[in-house]
Amino acid sequence: MGKNIVEIRNLTKIFETKENRVTALKNINLSIEEGSFISIIGGSGCGKSTLLRIIGGLETVYQGEVLLEGKKVSGPSRKKGFIFQDHRLLPWLTVEENIRFSLPGEQKNNQKLIQENLELVGLTGFEKAYPKQLSGGMAQRVAIARALANKPDILLLDEPFGALDAFTKVHLQEQMLKIWKKEKITMIIVTHDIDEAIYLGNKVVVMTPRPGQIKNIHQINLGNPKRRTGSSFAQARAMIYKEFFEETEIPFSYSI
Amino acid sequence: MEQKKTKKRGIGYWILYLALPVLILIVWEGADLAGLIHSYSMPSPVAIVQVTIEYIQNGQLWTNIQVSLIRVLEGFFLAFITSFVIGVNVAIFPKFDAFMDLVIQILRPIPPIAWIPLAILWFGIGQGSKIFIIFLGAFFPIFLNTVDGIKNIDGKYFELCEVYETPKIELIKKVVIPGALPSITTGIRLGVGNAWVCVVAAEMIGATSGVGYMLSNGRSLSRPDIVILGMLIVGIFGKIMDDILKKIREKVIVWN
Repeated sequence: MGKNIVEIRNLTKIFETKENRVTALKNINLSIEEGSFISIIGGSGCGKSTLLRIIGGLETVYQGEVLLEGKKVSGPSRKKGFIFQDHRLLPWLTVEENIRFSLPGEQKNNQKLIQENLELVGLTGFEKAYPKQLSGGMAQRVAIARALANKPDILLLDEPFGALDAFTKVHLQEQMLKIWKKEKITMIIVTHDIDEAIYLGNKVVVMTPRPGQIKNIHQINLGNPKRRTGSSFAQARAMIYKEFFEETEIPFSYSI
Repeated sequence: MEQKKTKKRGIGYWILYLALPVLILIVWEGADLAGLIHSYSMPSPVAIVQVTIEYIQNGQLWTNIQVSLIRVLEGFFLAFITSFVIGVNVAIFPKFDAFMDLVIQILRPIPPIAWIPLAILWFGIGQGSKIFIIFLGAFFPIFLNTVDGIKNIDGKYFELCEVYETPKIELIKKVVIPGALPSITTGIRLGVGNAWVCVVAAEMIGATSGVGYMLSNGRSLSRPDIVILGMLIVGIFGKIMDDILKKIREKVIVWN
């Protein structure tokens, strides 16, 4: 057992507006082992993205304790790589300028670092392209390269493939797994796609809404290499499926 | 990579484009030949061509255009620098915005032409009063579009800058200014347009040279051909300047 990189204790997050008080997260306790790949899954409004944003330091007002490598998370930083649902590339900068923009001062001229990371996501040759010349999947890969070039301790992915078509999505998931194995970075992905959660995560955290809570944590073992078509995948899938649709038995009814 | 979108225009487009001006000239000349208009109030196109040749030969045409253009350029650059600097600061610092707001809001609805009496009292009828009026005409469009452009930059880019710990100066250079550039260039186009309008107005009221002076001089000489020549110069040069600015905008904003 490795050490825990993230420790979350009794985390509660309440959003307050003038008229409303919404408990987005209630009493979350979660430990994340260094080097693991965690999927957090849940329907909309279960607070999964809020949880990720808190770990990433993008939300700083909450009750409880969130520790990254033993230190309280107080704000975002390039050590906590964050992949948003949109690629969030600056449209006026080329691919390589976008990566360079993200780098710390002393690394700005490290062309090798930029090249290496573009190669890692399979985008060598697109250095001079502008974001609008890229497809959605390619742009998201640039965003991943940008995050990785900053050598993060942890990579947080907030529904990163949600806006992509099914084929691109599968392709990027495979690429993500390869990167995870190669770079050995702790990764946390938030998703509402059961297959994605199972395929990527070695643990799947199931959350339920109103208020956002952790319902269950499943250990996933798909063997090596992971296969989407094997029986263990189907089993895991059935298990997670039941978490969300437990009460519904599927009745056979014929209406003509 | 995507091709730059330069629409090839066929002969049909150009026929359509030039049809209306040609039609106007034919009707105008025809009305003159038919004796429907009188040369002392409305000279024919042929008479305008004659006075144009006369003004080219005696050098007055180019002298007057040059005088007006130089005034516009001087006033515009003065306005551009001040409105850009003040605009960026107003957009970035809410306190500076509060400090400037009331004065700007009250000055803004005053047409630059309304300043002409004061301008003449302060600066005489020389170069100073013209540049002052042009400055006022160009200042507000650039200022307002700079502020708006910056305020409308998507907040998600600032979140991105938090993640990558972007220094303030780089944030202004790489996010704020390019993000607001489309709006700023619109402001510049409006500003130059206004500056051109203002130079004519200012020169008509008190000047001894310039295109506006040509207009008022033509009126006192009862020479409508000179007046119309002056008006055509204002129109044609206004269009040329706007075309140049549009071209510059295309060159600068390559990412759209």
